[in-house]
Amino acid sequence: MVSKYSNAVLLPLLLFGIVIAIWSAISAQIPGFPPPSEVWSELLVVLSDPFYNNGAGDQGIALQLGNSLARVFGGFALAIAVGVPVGLLIGMSKNAYTAFNPYIQILKPVSPLAWLPLALFVFKEVNTTAIFVIFVTSIWPIIINTALGVRSVSEDYLNVARVLQLSPFERVFQIILPVAVPFIFTGMRLSLGIAWLVIVAAEMLTGGVGIGFWIWDEYNNLNYSHIIIGIILIGVIGYILDAAMGLIADFFDYRKRGLK
Amino acid sequence: MSAKPFLKIDHVDKIFPLGGGKEYVALRDVQLDIKENEIVSIIGHSGCGKSTILNLIAGLDTISNGTILLEDKHILAPGPERAVVFQNHSLLPWLSVYQNIEMAVRKVLGEELSSSEIRDHVMKYIQMVNLDHAKDKYPGEISGGMKQRVGIARALSIEPKVLLMDEPFGALDSLTRANLQDHLMRIQMQTGNTVVIITHDVDEAVLLSDRVIMMTNGPEATIGEILEVNLPRPRNRLELQHNPEYLRCRGAIIEFLYSKFAKEDE
Repeated sequence: MVSKYSNAVLLPLLLFGIVIAIWSAISAQIPGFPPPSEVWSELLVVLSDPFYNNGAGDQGIALQLGNSLARVFGGFALAIAVGVPVGLLIGMSKNAYTAFNPYIQILKPVSPLAWLPLALFVFKEVNTTAIFVIFVTSIWPIIINTALGVRSVSEDYLNVARVLQLSPFERVFQIILPVAVPFIFTGMRLSLGIAWLVIVAAEMLTGGVGIGFWIWDEYNNLNYSHIIIGIILIGVIGYILDAAMGLIADFFDYRKRGLK
Repeated sequence: MSAKPFLKIDHVDKIFPLGGGKEYVALRDVQLDIKENEIVSIIGHSGCGKSTILNLIAGLDTISNGTILLEDKHILAPGPERAVVFQNHSLLPWLSVYQNIEMAVRKVLGEELSSSEIRDHVMKYIQMVNLDHAKDKYPGEISGGMKQRVGIARALSIEPKVLLMDEPFGALDSLTRANLQDHLMRIQMQTGNTVVIITHDVDEAVLLSDRVIMMTNGPEATIGEILEVNLPRPRNRLELQHNPEYLRCRGAIIEFLYSKFAKEDE
C-alpha cells in the first residue's frame, strides 16, 4: 500500500501524465497547436531572459507580469483605502446601510469590464483606466465583508465598551476592528483573486505592457505556445497571491493567534 | 448602616414597544432601596424581568417610568461606577487575561495611575481571583470558571460603587459554581462592594445575600417579597447545611417560587 504522502505526489503525477497525453493528442489533430514538448522548450527560452526590454512592444515576461501586478496592486490599494472606511460606516450605522445597500446590490453584479470604456473616455489613458477597473472589481467584496465583520461584533463586547465609556474612536480600534479584521482580510483575499482574473481581460482591451496584452499579442503573432505559457504563469502567480494573502490574513486573525 | 439608600430604584416601569402600537410591560412599579456594602440577590422565574432590572441599573437599557438613583445621581447611561459581570463573561478574545483587565483599568483609572501603578493594580486583581499563573493566557485557553473569575476581576479592578452580576455562575458546573461563590464572598469582605446578583438558584441566593428580592412572574412583574437573610459572615456552606435560619430562608424562597408564584413550563 502507498502511504498518504506518496499518494499526494503520485496522484497529481498520474493526472499530469493523462493531461499531457490528451494535450499531445489534441496537438496531433489541430495543425499548429503546440505540443507539450514545444511549450516546455519555449518556456525555458521565455524564462531565460525575463527582463529584456526592446521598447514598448517587446519586453520580457517578468516585465509583462510586473506591469500587470502593479496595476492590480494599485487598484487593490485604492479599493482598500475606500472600501474599508465605507464598510465600517455601513456596518456601524443602520442609516448608512440603508442608504448604500441598494447601490451596492445593483453595482456589484456589473462586470468590471463594463466600466472600461467609460473609464477610458474619462481618463484617456490606459494605465489609469486599468487601475480604475481593478478598483471597481476589488471594492465590493471589501465593503461587504468589512460591514459583515462589523455587524458580527457581539452585543456583549459593545456593552463592555459602553460600561467602560469608550469613545467612538476607542470603540472602533479596541472592539470593532479586532473582530472585523479577519473578515476584512477575507474580503481582500476574494478581491485580489478576482482582480487577477480581471486584469488579463482588461489588458487585452487596453493594450500596453502587461500579461493580458502579451497573450493577445502572441495570438496575433500566431505564437500559440506563448499563450499556453501565459496561462500557466498567470495560474502560478494567482496561486502565490492567494497563498500570501492567506498567510497575512492568518497573521491578523486573533482566532488563529490565541490558540497556540 | 445609614438610613439613606445608596442605590434607590424608585417606582420603575419598563415597557418594550412591540410594533403595531402594541407594547409589553416587563416591569411595573419596581421599588427597592439598596444599602451601601449590601449584597442583594434578585430571584425569579425566567421571564420575570430580573435581568431587565440589572440592565436598567447598569444603564444599558432605558427606564420607561420612574427613576434610579445612585448616591442621589440619576442613572441615565452606562458608567464604570456600575461595573457589570456578564453571564457569558464577555472577555475580549484577542486580549490576554492581563490585557483584558489592563484595558479596563487604563480606560477608567488611567489618568490617576502611572504605568507601574497600573501594572500593580491589574496584578492585584488578578491575584485576588488567584489567576497569576494564567495572566498571559487568552480567554480561549482557559476554563469557563477561570473566564468568569477574570470577568469578576475586570469588573472589580475599575473600583465600581456597585457590582452588577447577571447570573454570573449560571453557565458553570455546580462544583465550579461553589468555588466561585466562595471567591466572591471572600473578595466582597475585602473590598466591601455593594453587589446586586441576578440568579435563579435558591441556594446561591441564600448563601450570598443579605437580602433576597423575589420577583413575581411577568408580564408586569414586580417585587413580590423581600427576605432578610440573618446569617453571620463569613459564611461556610458546610456549616449552613443544617442551620435553622438557612433552612428558613431557603424554605421561604421555595415556597414563593413554587407555590405562590409557580410557573408552568413554557
